[in-house]
Amino acid sequence: MKIEVRGLTKKFGSGTAVGDVSFVVHEGELLGLLGPSGSGKTTVLRLIAGLEIPTAGDIFIDGKRVNDLTVQERNIGFVFQHYALFKHLTVFDNIAFGLKIKKWSRRDIEQRVQELLALMSLEGLGGRYPHQLSGGQRQRVAIARALAPRPAVLLMDEPFGAVDAKVRQELREWLIRLHTDLNVTSLFVTHDQEEAMEVSGRIIVFSKGKLEQAGSPADVYEEPATEFVARFIGSMNIVEGVVRREQVQVGSLEFPAPGFPDGQKLQVGFRPYYLKVAEDPTRYRQQAKLRHIYFLGVAYRLEIETADGLILRSRMNKEEFRRCHFTVGQAVSFAVTHFRILPQEGATAAIGSETGTPITGPLTP
Amino acid sequence: MRRVLIGIVWFYFLVLLVGPILYLANQSFSQGIEAFWTEVTRPEALHGFTLTAEITVIVLVLNLFFGTMTALVLARQQFWGRGLVSGVIDLPFAVSPVIAGFMLILLFGPDTLLGTFFGQAGVKVLFALPAMILATLFVTFPFMVRELTPLLQTLGTEEEEAARTLGAGEWQVFLKVTLPALRWGLVYGATLTVARAIGEFGAVLVVSGNILLLTQTATLHIYQSYVDFNYVAANAVALTLLAVSFAILTVLEIAKARAETTVAEAGAQ
Repeated sequence: MKIEVRGLTKKFGSGTAVGDVSFVVHEGELLGLLGPSGSGKTTVLRLIAGLEIPTAGDIFIDGKRVNDLTVQERNIGFVFQHYALFKHLTVFDNIAFGLKIKKWSRRDIEQRVQELLALMSLEGLGGRYPHQLSGGQRQRVAIARALAPRPAVLLMDEPFGAVDAKVRQELREWLIRLHTDLNVTSLFVTHDQEEAMEVSGRIIVFSKGKLEQAGSPADVYEEPATEFVARFIGSMNIVEGVVRREQVQVGSLEFPAPGFPDGQKLQVGFRPYYLKVAEDPTRYRQQAKLRHIYFLGVAYRLEIETADGLILRSRMNKEEFRRCHFTVGQAVSFAVTHFRILPQEGATAAIGSETGTPITGPLTP
Repeated sequence: MRRVLIGIVWFYFLVLLVGPILYLANQSFSQGIEAFWTEVTRPEALHGFTLTAEITVIVLVLNLFFGTMTALVLARQQFWGRGLVSGVIDLPFAVSPVIAGFMLILLFGPDTLLGTFFGQAGVKVLFALPAMILATLFVTFPFMVRELTPLLQTLGTEEEEAARTLGAGEWQVFLKVTLPALRWGLVYGATLTVARAIGEFGAVLVVSGNILLLTQTATLHIYQSYVDFNYVAANAVALTLLAVSFAILTVLEIAKARAETTVAEAGAQ
C-alpha cells in the first residue's frame, strides 16, 4: 500500500522536530529515511504510525487520510529500535499477540505463527522467552510480530541498530530477501548511510527536521542536492573559493563555473576517487605533499596537502596503489577529474531547475 | 579483622533476633501446648485475628488499586506538583504511626467539619473500623508506590506502544502488557503492605480505642494481655503473628529475587 505525507509538521514545545515534510512511499517499495540522530526521521515514522499526533499536515495510507485514525486502526506493523518484545511472553505468544487481539481463531493463529517462524528461520524457538534469544533472533521475532496481522505497511525504527556489525550485515541481506518475497510497502529509519544505500530502493535524507533529498542510492551519492547530503553521504572533499572570470579559485585550483558572477563564494565538492594522485610530479598539473596513507581493506586512502595548505583525500584501489611506490612525505602531483558545485547554504535543492542547475564536469589535467 | 567483623554480626544477629524469638517460643509453650492453643483460640484472640485479617485485606486491595494508579501517574505523567507528591509519598516512613493516628483523631474529631458530616450521616469513623483502615492505609501507602514507580520507569513505554501498533486498546495494553510486566513488583509491594498492616500497632491503637471484641486487633490484643499480666496469651498470639510474618517474608524474598531478574532482563535488553 502506498504511503504519502503532505506538509507534515511536528512541534514539541518550542522546537520543531519535523518541518513541512512531503514525500511518497510507493506500493511495494523499501524506502530508507536517512539522517543523523535528532534529524526528525524517527518522529516522521511515529507520526505515520499514529504514535505521535502531527501539528500540521496530512498522512495517507493507501490513498486514505489516516490523521483521525488511532494507531490501532491504522493497520501498520511497527518494529521498534530495541524490539520492545513482550518479556513475559514466549516467542510464539509475542508473534500471536496481534492475532489474538484481532480475534483470529486458534487454528489460524497456530498456522500463521508457524508460517512466520519458518519464514524468519526461527523454527523450534517458539517456546523460548526473549531473554533467551540472541540479538539477531530478537530482531527477527520483532519483525515477525509486526508482520503477523498482515499490516498494510511495515515501519521499522533503526532495525539494525542494536546488533553487532557481523549480525547486522546478515540481517540487511536477510531483510532485502524478505522484502523481495513479501513485497510489503516498507519504510525504515537509519542513521547509517551505508546501510541505507545497501538496503533501500530509494533514500530520503533528513537533516534538522527537513527533507534534504529523495532519490535512488546512486542519485543521492552521485548528485547530492545540498552540501549537507554531500557531506553526510559517503566521503567528499569540499573546498570553498571565490568566482573570478567564471572560475572558482581555490588556491592554485580552478573549477569552471559558467554563469556565476565574479566575487561570489562557492563550494565545490569531489569524491575521493575523483582525485587522482601520481608519484610522478609532472604527471598532473597540481602539486602536493603526501601526508598519510590509510589502509581501508578494500582500498587505500591517501591524504595530501597542497602548497596552499588544503588537505584533500584520495581513494585508490589496490592494483593502482601497488603500481605506484608511495612514501609518506614525498611530493606528488594530482588532478580532480570530476567535481560538483554545491548548492549554497539556504538555497533549496534544485536539481534541474532553471536557477540552480548544478554544474558538474570533468577537469582537464 | 575479618573474623571479628563476622563475629560481631553473628552476635548482633543472635542477641537481637534469634534470642528473643527462641525465648518467645519457649515462653509460649511454657504452660504446655494446650495452654497455647486455649489462648490462641479464645474469642478475644480469634476476634483480634479476624479484625487484623479484615483490615489487612481491605488495605491491600485499596493499595493495589491506588498504589498502582499513583505509580503509573508518577512514572508516566509530567504535571505541576509532581515533585511535591513524590516527596510526600515517603512521609509515612518518616512520621511516627502514633502521630498518624493522632492526625486522624484531629481530622475526624466531633468538632471538625468532617467529623460533624460523618456524625450526621450516622457513620462512625473514629474508634471503629473506618479509622483503623485509614490509619493502616496511611502507614502502608508508600510500599506499593515505591516498589512500582522505578519498575515502570525501567520498563519504559515501548512495549505498550508495540501492543498499540498491534491493535490493542488501552485496557488490553494495561492488562496484557503493563500488569504482567509489573507482576513481581506487585507481589513484592503487596507482601510489604501485608506485613506492615498485620504488625501495625501505634496508629491503630490511637484511632481504635482498643475496645475488646470490637476494635481490638491482634497486636492490640497482645499489648492488652501483656498489660493484664496474661503473659501466656501475649506470647501465644505474638508467636502466631510472628509465624505469619515469617511466612510472608519468605514469599517476599522469593518475589524479590524474581523481581530483580525481571529488572535485570529489562535492563539487558
